[in-house]
Order: sequence, then structure tokens, then C-alpha cells
Amino acid sequence: MSKNIVVVGATSGIARALCHELGQDGNRLLLAGRTREELDKCAADLQVRYHADVWVELFEALDFATHAAFFERCLARFDGELDGFVLCHGYMTNQETTEQDWDEAQRTIDVNFTSTVSLLMLAANYFELRKKGYIVALSSVAGDRGRMSNYTYGAAKAGLSAYLQGLRNRLHRAGVQVLTVKPGLVDTPMTAGLLDPQSPLVATPEKIARDINQAIHKRKDTLYSPWFWRFIMGLIRVLPERVSKRLKL
Amino acid sequence: MEAREELLSGWGNYPVERCYTVRPATLAALHAIVTRGTQPNYIARGLGRAYGDAALNRQHGIIVQTRLDRFLSFDECSGILECEAGVSFATIIQYLLPRGWFLPTTPGTKHVTVGGAIAADVHGKNHHLTGSLGNFLLDFTLLTASGALLTCSPQENVDVFAATLGGMGLTGIIISARLQLVRVESAYVQVVYRKTKNLDETLASFATDHEYRYSVAWVDCLTSASSLGRGVVMLGNEARVQDLPEPLARHPLALPTKRELSMPFRLPGIVLNPWSAKAFNALYYSCHRQGLAIVDYETFFYPLDHVLHWNRIYGWRGFVQYQAFFPPETAHSGLIAVLEKVSHEQQASFLAVLKRSGPASQGLLSFLSPGYTLALDFPYTGPDLQRLLGELDAVLLKHGGRLYLAKDATTTAEAFAAMYPRLPEFLAIKTRLDPSNRFVSSQARRLDIVEAL
Repeated sequence: MSKNIVVVGATSGIARALCHELGQDGNRLLLAGRTREELDKCAADLQVRYHADVWVELFEALDFATHAAFFERCLARFDGELDGFVLCHGYMTNQETTEQDWDEAQRTIDVNFTSTVSLLMLAANYFELRKKGYIVALSSVAGDRGRMSNYTYGAAKAGLSAYLQGLRNRLHRAGVQVLTVKPGLVDTPMTAGLLDPQSPLVATPEKIARDINQAIHKRKDTLYSPWFWRFIMGLIRVLPERVSKRLKL
Repeated sequence: MEAREELLSGWGNYPVERCYTVRPATLAALHAIVTRGTQPNYIARGLGRAYGDAALNRQHGIIVQTRLDRFLSFDECSGILECEAGVSFATIIQYLLPRGWFLPTTPGTKHVTVGGAIAADVHGKNHHLTGSLGNFLLDFTLLTASGALLTCSPQENVDVFAATLGGMGLTGIIISARLQLVRVESAYVQVVYRKTKNLDETLASFATDHEYRYSVAWVDCLTSASSLGRGVVMLGNEARVQDLPEPLARHPLALPTKRELSMPFRLPGIVLNPWSAKAFNALYYSCHRQGLAIVDYETFFYPLDHVLHWNRIYGWRGFVQYQAFFPPETAHSGLIAVLEKVSHEQQASFLAVLKRSGPASQGLLSFLSPGYTLALDFPYTGPDLQRLLGELDAVLLKHGGRLYLAKDATTTAEAFAAMYPRLPEFLAIKTRLDPSNRFVSSQARRLDIVEAL
């Protein structure tokens, strides 16, 4: 059954792979992002490969005042019938930068957390009334525990994870799925130069995308992808503070 | 975007060099790297199937194009495909062969990108009739060192088109291209196999190849005297639906689902020696059937793609592939001279592929024109092999031949300049487009296309 799905941050690494999964399944997609040219290329690719119905819409995460109008345009594009709302936009710079440069710290928090809350407020109210549909948001394993190597980004994602958890509790009553995705290390443009793509711990965006698509179908609440991150983060979460503060995690 | 330090090699695993790679995912990111990147120079790289050092840049930058891999448009009526340069032939086949469209020409692996294929002006088993990829290329967009985007075609920016087609990435970065695909009725090829007793018979078999869209011969290069150049000639035409047996005819365009084998590790060097290669060649020859068969496109076009990482059979030392071209007048004596030398030296060559070549393309450094081409591969044995390949170069030069830059890893600047008489024209265009040599590869340095940087 084909669905109407909005993908925000559609030109990002994981989103591009996820759009292939969603397009292959015959869904109608609206790709939202900052660069018209890139969105058009991604849309053309999905149209050629899967004969998918794809539209594009410009979206600026940090321009909060435009979010309501953006959401209205998404609804209008699908004649008010939206089935899925997928948030893939994110921002990461290295930790040291966010310790010295407030603009960068604020950008990290606002793109990853504030803008997501702003969008989810609109989406949640829509789906709650409609009593069906799903919300997917990309959080991160980095949000499971503050670590010295990445805590600004981690804190924003932790906030997002907590927000999604609460939202899930609320929307459960309306039969709406809220899926929190916690990818581990993924070889995407966002992590270029920071990760070794050949490492066995580093997953491809295609792998994450397949996992997300499955998790949507299985109506899961939280997805760790690849699966072993659930255990890794389980261990890191239970480390006593007096130990973890001595480690260079 | 930060570069990653990596030890890289071409498909032959020789040479191995330290390079700094970046993988842009957008045109803007790519543009920023070319105009403001931190490396003094870069070369584009696709899936790393060039055998030697064509897509290496020792101690300098490499722009990996595999994230720029989107289809941009496809006209289902005319078969014109527009795509980004990082799209692979495998992807084109995966999505468009089931709709009745196939690549106009393809090398022996489908794991090449469109950009790489243009830069090497690749050819396939239909070269004798249709020539190389350049003849099916409507246009491409080139990002030059100045940051300009040039549309190049046989009608527009003709000189840049001719320098870039087969130009090994030295004129700029190919961003996207428009290709003319060809209509097919099925994903199968009807093949005639003919076993031949010697080179004369092998060459004679090509005499009728104008009746076949595809022709190629595997030759045993480790025999001597009377059976020198014996082999198996394969002549094929795209199978029509009516040619297919019943179960296949029901889904003529369905892609075969084959389990891929993988070479899990590199073989120790000792396994591959003159005796084992000779045994393999003899076995291949004696086991091969004669006659007519219907085979799927994978088996026919990409027999080795089925075995992932097959290049590992050559072990850690790697191998060099040597593809020689001879014009028709000198082909017979040239091929005999090469085969005799290889056979005499007992240098193991698992694969020797002979084929007739046809019309040349516009590329200034494009490889093929009418004549014959022979591909051989040799385990890399150091000075011994360097000497042998130098001698083969001399044979080529004497016979007016040349070798294929996409496979070359060892030839000298002098030999290269003598083989490619249009090099000065190429250099003039390269200098105009890229005066400060922003685009450099290890191969370009070795061949003195750019002065050693």
C-alpha cells in the first residue's frame, strides 16, 4: 500500500539511502532540504530508478518561523493525506569547535534539537487528530551518554531522544508510531574525515536505511542500527561516573 | 571536507601508494574541493578498476566520485540516459536492462563508473563494429580547474571533448553525462564457440565477425610453435525472445540471480607459477565446448565479476595487465612476436584475450582504432617483469602499436609519447584548461604528461 511520506533533510547520507528503500516500496515522497539543485537530483534519481512519485520542497531548519508554512505546504502537496513524517536533518562538527565557538554550539543544538521539536509539534498534532501514521526521527547513540569526545552533539540528541520518548507515550493512545533511530558510526558526508569507513564498527547508510524501513514496518519504538550498538551503549550507560570521567570516551 | 589518508592501488594491486581521499556528495562540495581544496592536485577516481596507477596520486589528493551516483533523467522512448559520473555500469544494468535497455558497449567488468568509463574511453566486445564508448556519448559536463562547468560534446567544446574522452581524468572532473543506450529484447546472448588450433585460425575466425555484434577470443599464450595462439573464439548476438528456450522466454529481461563467490584472501605467490598457469590454460582449452549456446549477459560480458576480488589470486605482489593494440598491417607479425616472447619467458598469464577492433573515436588519447588488441596479465615480479614489459613495448613500437592507459602501470614516457602521436594536441588543451596542473595522477607523472610534481 503506497503511502505519502515527507523526508526532511532528504539529501543527507542516510536519508538518500532511506529514500531508495521508500521509493522502491512504491511510496509517494516529498523531499525537503536546503538546496533545490540537490533535491532535484535526488528526486530525479528516484523517478528514474523506481518510477516513484517525488516532489521537492525547500526547508530551512534554523528558520523556525517558516516551519508552520512548510508543514502546510507538505500537507497541501498530499491533499492533506500524510502517512509518514521522517526527520533526517542533522548537524555535527567536532567537539572542540563547540567548546570555543558559541555559534557552532548553538547551531549544533538548534539543528539537532530545537528545529526538530518545532517540526514535531506540528506533525504530532496532525497525526494525533488523524489517529494513524508514523513519525521517524534520527537521533544518535551519542545521546545515550555524555562523553567528553562528543557531548554537545550528544546532548542535543539526548534531548531529542527524551522528547521522542515522551511524544511516543502521548501518541500511542492515538495509534501513531514514533520511531527513534539511533545509528552508531555511519559512513556519511557528515562524518567524512572523522571515521574510518573500513572499520567493522562503521556501517553504510544503506544498512541503516534497510533497518529503518524494517523498523517502520514492525512498528518499533527504538532502533539501534547496526543492532550491536544497543549492547555497546548498554555497557557505556552503566559505567559509573567515577570511572567514566577518568576514561577518554 | 577533510581528506583521509589511505594506502590505495588500482585493480592490479600494483603499485600501492599513499593518497589523500575525499568523497564529496554534492556538486557544491566537489566544486569547493577543486577550487579551494587543501591538496595541491587531485585526480578523480571511481570504483578503482583501472589496473595500474591511472587513478592514484602519490602523496596527493584523490576525489572519489562514488557518492555522486544519481540518475538525472531517462527517456524510455529514445534510450538516452543522463546521470552523474559516479553511477556504475552495474547500476545502469540493474535498473534499465529489465526495461529493455543495455549499455552500448561495456568492458569486462560492470563495476566501473560512467566518469571512469569516459576517461578511459572504454571498449567492449562490439568494438569491431561500433567502436568505443565515445561513439555513444551525447555529451558530458566537465568541472575544470578554474571552477567552470563546460558542456562538451562532438558539437560543443569539441577540443575539450576530444581531450577528455580517453584523457584519463587530466582535463578536469567529469560531473555528469548523457549516454545513448541500446534496445535489447532479452538479457541473453546467443554465442557460437569455436576452438582454434593456432593464431592463424584464431584470426581467421574473426573474418566473419561482422555478422556478430560481439566477438572475442581467449587465447592460450603459454603454448609454443605450431599451436601458438590457439584458443576459443566466442561470437555472439543479442538473443531475441524467439531464440530463447521456453522457461527463459517467459521473462526474457529478468536479470539472472547468481550467488557471488568471493576470493576471501590473497593467495601466496607460490600458487601462481608458470606451471600452474600452463595447466590452467591447457585445462581451459580442453574443457571448452564448441558450438552454439544461449548464455545470460553476466556470464558473457562479466565472467570474472562473478568472483568478487578475483584480483587477489595474484597475491600481495599484485599483477600488471598489458593490453596491446596493433594496426591491421602489422597485427599478425606483432601478435606472433608478443606471444612468442611471453611463451618463451614462461611468464604466467592466466588471461589472454584477443579481439578485433574497429572504428576509432574522437579521443586524442583513445586507445583503439581498426586492428587487433591483445590483453595479457602478469604477476608482478619486479625487475624481471619490468624488463619483459619494456621488451613488449619495443615490439609494439616497432609494429606501430600502442598500449591501453587504463591498464598500464609500467611504461615509460618515451614509449608512451611514441605510441600516442596526438599527445602534443592533448597537452596544449590540458595546459589551457589547467595551467597550474590541478589534475595530476601518478600515471601522468610517470608518463611526463605533467612534470614530476
